[in-house]
Amino acid sequence: MSLITEVGAPPAVGFRVTRSRRNVAWTGIGALIVVVVLAMMPTIVYSGTTAILVQAFIVLTLASMWNLLAGYAGLVSVGQQGFVGLGAYFVLILALHGASPFAALPFAAIGCAVAALPLWWLVSRLRSGYFAIATWVLAATIMLVIERFSSLGSGTGLPLPGLSGLSATYLAAYTYWAALAVTVLAMLAMYLLLRSRVGLVLTAIRDDEVAARSSGARVGLARMLVFVVAGAGCGAAGAVLAISQLQVQPSAVFDVQWTAEMAFATIIGGLGTIEGPIIGTAVYMVLQQTLASYNAWYLIILGLAAIVVALFARRGLWGLVDSRLHLRLFPVGYWLRTTSGNGRRGLGSFRGARTGTS
Amino acid sequence: MAWVNAIIEGILTGGLYALFACGLSLMFGVMKVVNLAHGDLAVVGGYIAVGIILLHVPVLWSVVIVVPIMAVAGYVLQRTVIQRALDRGVLTTLIVTLGLSLVIENALLQFFSANTRGIGSGMTLVTGSFSLGSQIQIGYLLVVVFAVAVAVLLGLQYFLSRSTYGRLIRAVADDKEAAQLAGANYRHVFGVAAGLALATVALGGIAYGMYIDLDPTAGTDTILLFAFVAVVIGGLGSLWGTLVGGIVLGVAQQIGAQINISDELIAGYIVFLAILVLRPQGLISRRAQT
Repeated sequence: MSLITEVGAPPAVGFRVTRSRRNVAWTGIGALIVVVVLAMMPTIVYSGTTAILVQAFIVLTLASMWNLLAGYAGLVSVGQQGFVGLGAYFVLILALHGASPFAALPFAAIGCAVAALPLWWLVSRLRSGYFAIATWVLAATIMLVIERFSSLGSGTGLPLPGLSGLSATYLAAYTYWAALAVTVLAMLAMYLLLRSRVGLVLTAIRDDEVAARSSGARVGLARMLVFVVAGAGCGAAGAVLAISQLQVQPSAVFDVQWTAEMAFATIIGGLGTIEGPIIGTAVYMVLQQTLASYNAWYLIILGLAAIVVALFARRGLWGLVDSRLHLRLFPVGYWLRTTSGNGRRGLGSFRGARTGTS
Repeated sequence: MAWVNAIIEGILTGGLYALFACGLSLMFGVMKVVNLAHGDLAVVGGYIAVGIILLHVPVLWSVVIVVPIMAVAGYVLQRTVIQRALDRGVLTTLIVTLGLSLVIENALLQFFSANTRGIGSGMTLVTGSFSLGSQIQIGYLLVVVFAVAVAVLLGLQYFLSRSTYGRLIRAVADDKEAAQLAGANYRHVFGVAAGLALATVALGGIAYGMYIDLDPTAGTDTILLFAFVAVVIGGLGSLWGTLVGGIVLGVAQQIGAQINISDELIAGYIVFLAILVLRPQGLISRRAQT
């Protein structure tokens, strides 16, 4: 399944193409240490803290998927809550048939990936803004269809069965590990996808769609792949949501606020970088935890912050870091540098905000 | 007879949906902006009307006050926020209008609570109806709203196709750089177009407050989605298509409600999906603008 019919010419003599200006092996080791430390959390802290972290993992997974859609494939979806809801309901359906909700989680992700195919066929006819609202209409339609099934609790939803045998401590720990696993897998999948040929095609689309098409990049296929992966990721996050809430309620899991949260966490952190959603999620969680008692205020502030960042600091908080330090923890692009002479700064002009492919 | 009644009501609600949709279509046609805050701005118009009526201003006079306010707000919003976003690309425009939508909705929720508010709930215009024959009942309000929608569309069409300023708007929509070279200030023209769009959707918001009830989430749950569905059914970029799309959506919803009261919304969306599959350019197709 070749996405590009022809790879570009080999680099000219005197240049070297690398993934990053710095050695990033330590990033991998660092990421591993972080994951191991996070995995030990349930044995260290109280379940109140892990519950907050579960919430953070859900937002981080969602934000990473939205970043993949909007930041890399140029697909602004306002309907990702459709997949969150579908994932939650897949878990509920399997649990109602006697499966353990934790065992149902991977199937929920796969189910959402499968569901993403026909949905993509419907919405791929529309571009940019109309694509955005069409995904929203689809999510609303999916909710209305699910609400018709009285066996799934109609408009009020159902409590999630199959977890009553677990003690509260174990349930909190298992939920936490499931959330962590979903987040790590989602980010790993995204990282590998972006480092593959698909990632190259996506970068080409983002920089110039017409040029990418005319040089043989299979734009539609790459976008569909991203939509399917993002559907699976959001579905998995929805499944974790169902398990952590212990109930599934249509108006809660299909809330457009999920999309607002994932979009704004991504934008504030930095659209089009893997690091961005991580920072954005941290900012989001701090805002939410400190302003939670002021009702809607944290959403107002989140929305205003997203507007300000989108207008005045397009590359988000991570973009500010990157532009000072030329630092990428998870390099997915290519970096062109001279092998001779004083090339310490590389060819800086090749990596402006527009290409951003270091 | 219930069916005839339902279909007549569906056709007439199409006028309301056209009021929601024509501003969205206009802004997309002129400046390629899909304003995700469109519905919330309609609700803002409705809430301003509610506020004015609380000051003992007659309901119909509140319309005369709110529409210019929203037109000015549209101009200012376009010149300050949306134009800046446009200069940075389509993606930024979507993000900024989505942000506006979230901010407006939650600000309304914070300051006016989640309670629903009706407009003019005691008036004959709002509650009254007349009968055709023995079984068909038609509310005055829907007839008036439909007439207003037709008048707005006629006015917009006349303005865009006949007047000098309308010609300027079309020139800028076709090629803003060329229009700029010919001496037009396209940013100002965009502002005027946004003002027109918000004036029409403010009418829609007030009519919605009279027909159903306003609440902070109506802007996204209902108005934006219905407006968009009407635009897609009618055909992207077509002004009268918004009325056709609105009527198709209204009739589909009323027929759905006749089959089963909970099928009202889903019937409208099913027609939308069918159009998307079978005739993606919409019923009234100018070449589909993507």
